[in-house]
Amino acid sequence: MASDTSTHEEHVLPLKIYFGVAGALLVLTVVTVAVSYIDFGAFNMVIAMAIAATKASLVALVFMHLYWDNKLYLTIFVMSILMLTIFIVITLFDTLRRGDIYEQVGKPYKQSAEIYQSAPADTAAGHGAEVASDTTASDTASGHAGGSGH
Amino acid sequence: MSHSAESPAFLQHHFSDAEQQRESAKLGMWVFLLTEILLFGGLFGFYVFYRAWNPDMFYNAHVHLDRLLGGTNTVVLIISSLTIALAIRSIQLNKKKQSMYFLVATILLAAVFLVIKYFEYSHKFHLGMLPGKYYTYTGIEGMNPHIFFSVYFSMTGLHGLHVIFGMLAIGWVVWRTKKDEFSSEYYTPVEMVGLYWHLVDIIWIFLFPLLYLIG
Amino acid sequence: MSTATTTAADTQDKVNYLNVSKGIKSWLFTLDHKRIGILYLFSVMAMFLFGGILALSIRLELLNPGADMMTADTYNQIFTLHGAIMIFLFIIPSVPAILGNFVLPIQIGAKDVAFPRLNLASWYVYIAGAGLAIYSIIAGSVDTGWTFYTPYSTQVGGAVISMVLAVFILGFSSIFTGINFIATIHRLRAPGMTWYKMPLFVWGLYATAIIQVLATPVLGITLVLLILERAFGIGIFDPAMGGDPVLFQHFFWFYSHPAVYIMILPGMGVISELISTFSHRKIFGYKAIAYSSVAIAFLSFGVWGHHMFVSGQSQYATLIFSFLTFLVAIPSGVKMFNWVSTMYKGSITFETPMLFTLTFFFTFAIGGLTGIFLGATATDVHLTDTYFIVAHFHYVMMGGTIMAFFGGLYYWWPKIWGRMYNEAWGRISALLVFLGFNLTFFPQFVAGTQGMPRRYFMYPDKYQMLNVVSTTGSWVLALGLVIMAVVLIYAMGWGPKAPKNPWGALTLEWKIDSPPPPHNFEETPKVTHGPYDHDKVKVKPEKVGVPA
Repeated sequence: MASDTSTHEEHVLPLKIYFGVAGALLVLTVVTVAVSYIDFGAFNMVIAMAIAATKASLVALVFMHLYWDNKLYLTIFVMSILMLTIFIVITLFDTLRRGDIYEQVGKPYKQSAEIYQSAPADTAAGHGAEVASDTTASDTASGHAGGSGH
Repeated sequence: MSHSAESPAFLQHHFSDAEQQRESAKLGMWVFLLTEILLFGGLFGFYVFYRAWNPDMFYNAHVHLDRLLGGTNTVVLIISSLTIALAIRSIQLNKKKQSMYFLVATILLAAVFLVIKYFEYSHKFHLGMLPGKYYTYTGIEGMNPHIFFSVYFSMTGLHGLHVIFGMLAIGWVVWRTKKDEFSSEYYTPVEMVGLYWHLVDIIWIFLFPLLYLIG
Repeated sequence: MSTATTTAADTQDKVNYLNVSKGIKSWLFTLDHKRIGILYLFSVMAMFLFGGILALSIRLELLNPGADMMTADTYNQIFTLHGAIMIFLFIIPSVPAILGNFVLPIQIGAKDVAFPRLNLASWYVYIAGAGLAIYSIIAGSVDTGWTFYTPYSTQVGGAVISMVLAVFILGFSSIFTGINFIATIHRLRAPGMTWYKMPLFVWGLYATAIIQVLATPVLGITLVLLILERAFGIGIFDPAMGGDPVLFQHFFWFYSHPAVYIMILPGMGVISELISTFSHRKIFGYKAIAYSSVAIAFLSFGVWGHHMFVSGQSQYATLIFSFLTFLVAIPSGVKMFNWVSTMYKGSITFETPMLFTLTFFFTFAIGGLTGIFLGATATDVHLTDTYFIVAHFHYVMMGGTIMAFFGGLYYWWPKIWGRMYNEAWGRISALLVFLGFNLTFFPQFVAGTQGMPRRYFMYPDKYQMLNVVSTTGSWVLALGLVIMAVVLIYAMGWGPKAPKNPWGALTLEWKIDSPPPPHNFEETPKVTHGPYDHDKVKVKPEKVGVPA
């Protein structure tokens, strides 16, 4: 191929589009500040992020030319956001629910096991101690039960 | 097939034509931007996890940020995105001088951004709102208010660092434009620096509401 | 039938990438991907030697239950450095930066990678990181374990900040390589080289590059936050400052788990090449292997918490991670079955690269299966932080990646240097490595199930027998590696001249001279057949060192 380079990239956007997008970005900035003075409760974050995402999309699609370029670049951009989301969301499964373990109360594993048929039902008091002896007892109980055929 | 008499000076030997070179550069730059998004992403994670744990403290601490200054900075960066986009448009139309003026304008706007940030930072240092173990300000309710400022300084600090890198990169491109290295046939470095600068803008677009406009 | 009218001896006098220019500056400022691969070869193998010596020290100390040759603190430093050096300075760069750099552009019919200057930069960044790591060792060392867990790492003395900074810098080397390979594979393939005509080694490098660019930046920010915590006490990981130490583990493992796939995927790519060539048969299930590489790349990002089952993370997170861990094993299993199926009705020969391939099947299978045991939370709770884990990861990292790497080294050595290695001694080295490796690490599975903890400097007497076997194995392994080094170094300078295609393989690098010319191809190659079409194209291995 000769040095004829102007095949694909000669797409020059009209000035109107540049100024239009810049204008939209400025307007959205004003909107996001204004909206922050109103309390939508849990939706505050959602609205703020929606506006930010719109602004970011305008920059990415128009200024960064993603709308007209090879779709591979858009895929790369989206992929990065996706990975970030996976990291934050799955970690939140831990960080938000870390304390749950303290809510848990021990209880016997297998209510139908032999050991519980003769012993009295769980009482509120001494629950912890019961659990300890129950589990060791039920270990041997299930061992026997297993031997005698399930 | 490898080297012909008419292959332009900017065409590197391992590329078969200018379009391949240009599209390779773009692909490489977008992958690099992906790494930057993941890098900042860690700090966004820092923000999310700690705001989820301390929602009230975050609110109480953030009112000490100046929305006007933050909003001004947002406007400054948006306009700088416009100027660098126009710089690329100018060189696409072979208007080299015009391109250079827009690039210089971008650098100046970036400098304004940093000056405003300087005022914000020094005000906080003055009040004792410093990251981590240096934090001494007492006027914020809630557990561990210094964490908000750790988040604030690390996010805006890393962003500011990238603004500085961007200014240097744009300066490099200005210098090359002056040396007449670019034209409507070849302006890939200008475009690549432009992509980088737009990402810096996008990151601030998210930082601003998250840090300055909490509910 | 070989139609070469020139012989191996002739090609040696031709201009090739080694003799085209001389002097140290022509190497230090080279932009040739082949020379950069060689630069990496020497620096990475030097770090392997260093890491290996540290390993032998560990095993020597563990020969007896008590304190033998060092204090507990020194022992902690030694295993920390062994881990950090082997992982960041050896395994992660090994296959991509050495073999990938050399072979990838040639395999796709290109003259170089997309960004040659970035390629050279990645090597300099590697050297900078290595230098800073070595400085850290001298300046006060690190005893946190290669995992740098908080709060210990944020509070303990020593050269933690500089070591962490070294790793941060090394991350950039990895990222630069990843960017380069993605652009190269997308844009620089020769005409006719469609995605499905690419060698599977290239697919492996592509999947690896995807992980490199997605995961490494998160490690970067993690290390930055660790440094900030140490320097400014920002309170992200320190409970006393309101932080969460388990959060560090999330950040750290989000990179470090995909990192192990950065290690194995290129190795798996090499295995695809070797098994097809030495079975002289078309690879079984090309698309399945290709897709599984990419599937592993993406699934690998969802399993990091399986390193944290006992960290105190919530049970919901644990559930998710355990489930996804089982899922990610499936594509690896698919590959193993496909490779073994490739051998069926093949015309199998047992050159050194094939011996390493067969070793891989055995040792990686053990490593991978033991990973499944660990993916189940119920068993992991007992086995974690024991020697079972140590054995598991050595079986996958060394028994997997490194065996494949060694196989690849032997395989491409004649192409790289234009000289053939001694096959008999090569085989001896492979057998000693196989024997030594299994002797070293298999007893560690047993010790782990019996409860011997990892990273412990002293242990109860009942574990001694297993430790003695393991240490003895480490000496056998070391012997095998020394022999391998001698074989390869000897071949470099004094081996018989190698032809273009000593193996009868079908990928593009075997069509050009050994060693290759500076720009790989005089004319853009035409791709007329697939990379493993042994059923359609008959190519005989060319003879070595045949005089004109």
